[in-house]
Amino acid sequence: MKGRDEIAQALAASGYIADADLATAISLMQMLRRPLLLEGEAGVGKTEVAKALAKVHATELIRLQCYEGLDQSSALYEWNYQRQLLAIQAHRGSDSIEDQVFSEKYLLERPLLAAIRRPQAPVLLIDEIDRADDEFEAFLLELLSDFQVSIPELGTIPAITIPHVVLTSNGTRELSDALRRRCLYHYVDYPDVDRETRIILARLAGASPSLSLQIARMVEGVRKEELRKVPGVAETLDWAAALVGLDVRDLRDAPETVHETLVCLLKTHEDRARVTPEVTQRLLGKVA
Amino acid sequence: MSCCGSSPDYDDLNEVSRFVSARLAAFLRTLRDAGFRVGLAEGQDAATLISVGYAAKPGLLRAAFKHLLSARKSDWDKFDGLFDAFWLGKRVRSRSRTIGSTPGASNPSLKSLQDKSAEQGGGQPVTDQLPSSDDVPEGRSGEGRMEGASRAENLAEVDFRKLSDPDQVTQAHEAAAQLARAMRTRLTRRDLARRRGYRLDLRRTIHRNISHGGVPISLVKRQRKDKPLRLIVLLDASGSMSMYTSVFLRFIHGVLDQFREAEAFLFHTRLAYVSDAMKESDASRALDRLSIMAQGAGGGTRIGESLQTFNRWHASRVIHSRSCVMIVSDGYETGDAALLGREMAALHRRCRRIVWLNPMMAWEGYAPEARGIKAALPHVDLYAPANSLQSLRALEPYLAKL
Repeated sequence: MKGRDEIAQALAASGYIADADLATAISLMQMLRRPLLLEGEAGVGKTEVAKALAKVHATELIRLQCYEGLDQSSALYEWNYQRQLLAIQAHRGSDSIEDQVFSEKYLLERPLLAAIRRPQAPVLLIDEIDRADDEFEAFLLELLSDFQVSIPELGTIPAITIPHVVLTSNGTRELSDALRRRCLYHYVDYPDVDRETRIILARLAGASPSLSLQIARMVEGVRKEELRKVPGVAETLDWAAALVGLDVRDLRDAPETVHETLVCLLKTHEDRARVTPEVTQRLLGKVA
Repeated sequence: MSCCGSSPDYDDLNEVSRFVSARLAAFLRTLRDAGFRVGLAEGQDAATLISVGYAAKPGLLRAAFKHLLSARKSDWDKFDGLFDAFWLGKRVRSRSRTIGSTPGASNPSLKSLQDKSAEQGGGQPVTDQLPSSDDVPEGRSGEGRMEGASRAENLAEVDFRKLSDPDQVTQAHEAAAQLARAMRTRLTRRDLARRRGYRLDLRRTIHRNISHGGVPISLVKRQRKDKPLRLIVLLDASGSMSMYTSVFLRFIHGVLDQFREAEAFLFHTRLAYVSDAMKESDASRALDRLSIMAQGAGGGTRIGESLQTFNRWHASRVIHSRSCVMIVSDGYETGDAALLGREMAALHRRCRRIVWLNPMMAWEGYAPEARGIKAALPHVDLYAPANSLQSLRALEPYLAKL
């Protein structure tokens, strides 16, 4: 089991610039055997945490993307119908055919079943759990406390290893108290200027420290405007890549380029209209 | 703890000194009082953390407890202050659950709210229109059938303002809660009647047709999953609405209790999220908590600003594709009417239906002259009176169509 400082170093080495609390959360996940629930606005890097965690543990990342109407057959297991039909046709008249077609051979693993049957504990990312409905949430809660799966035709399948479970939520639906209580909670906020500067430096080879700092300050200013879609970290990196690609060394030297490239940050017509060249100038005045 | 793997034993607690475990229990109580939902398993894990040496580093302990004991953003934001106040003796910040409202020196209970509304009830008691409480048949089923509403038949047409006798007020409350129950049940039946599976359920089809040699003769359809209708109620709790507030609170409590998906907010000068308080199963306790929140700051009604808060912080969480927003207000806006218009337009882009209930609408000679209501009406799908049980009941067929 890795300690907190070790985890912090491993996160940094894997390219994820975390705030101090996250390493604590990850060490607690191991110690208390609880899933980690990450909440926060879209684009703050929740999914990245799971990817970094897989790197830290040097293990596989299994992802289950939730959506409205997600049911057990897409999340847990499914039978291979085509093969079953062929087998039934081929063995017509045989008595034992029913036992045969409902055996492991015809079982298709979906993410949740795969996650508990790996020889090395994987990271299981359950993305946007709030998009699934209550019934699925209840089923998931059961799985997260028992770590075994009942398949009517096969019986109960216990877990070979217990995965490291990360759930993310954008808050489109209120999650149940039971699920929240079961998990460790971590709120992922937009990074502050210092952290965002370090993220740009870590992810973008061509960005100088001074330009990265200017970009981070500019983005912070843009986020404070009344926007419909606040830019996330991914947008910051897109914009930084665009500026580096256009050979901008200092934002104040290229106000027009800065304003034109703001399309990387502003994703709706209203937001684009709100940030006029004058607003861009005002924000540029603060990046020095 | 029903956790997989090894769960911490009570033996761990023995390692923690008695003093610390008593302090820990007190801290968990403090958190529960502040609205945290902390279970037994979390308490055991917290004790484990102390016993394995986290207590030696207050900063680390705080971070660990924060992850373990918080369950939502509001907990997360409050936690550091509560932890510092309890363990490090720093000054505690006020933790009012109402967003931005100034906690008044007096927190009158709902009873006094009711009494006040009875006093203001137009001055002339209308007992001649009302049955005495003896006329009410004893023994109600209360299981969400329409009998509940039929009990209230005589009360149905009386304006809530004119309820003066405390017994009648109680009856009106009961009837409002029953009505909410009845609406819920009928909607569900309709929802079920509308469900027709249309996709094949291959797993069951194959199972069923093994005896036919795998030829899919009898098909099994997958049931369509319908999203339950979600009601979001925004109740104006300003002074001009005070005569109606208590009955509506009761109605909302009933709705929240009965609808699988419902959320409630109060607003006067600010907006307050009250679903959690409303989820108290004991109605009178819930209403007592709410009546405290319903105290306006005495600065008129800022519907526009409240809606702005709602759109900005709550809408994405509580509104989905089958949502109906119900605003109960007289539309007397003391803030910026243009802002109200803009925010209503934004809200209308998000949700399926906006119902605006205005208790004043049924008053003789009332016309929607107030600036606020004028700005809001273009974005409202249904504008209806809500001054009596009958007018509330008239909403049910409309909601069923959503």
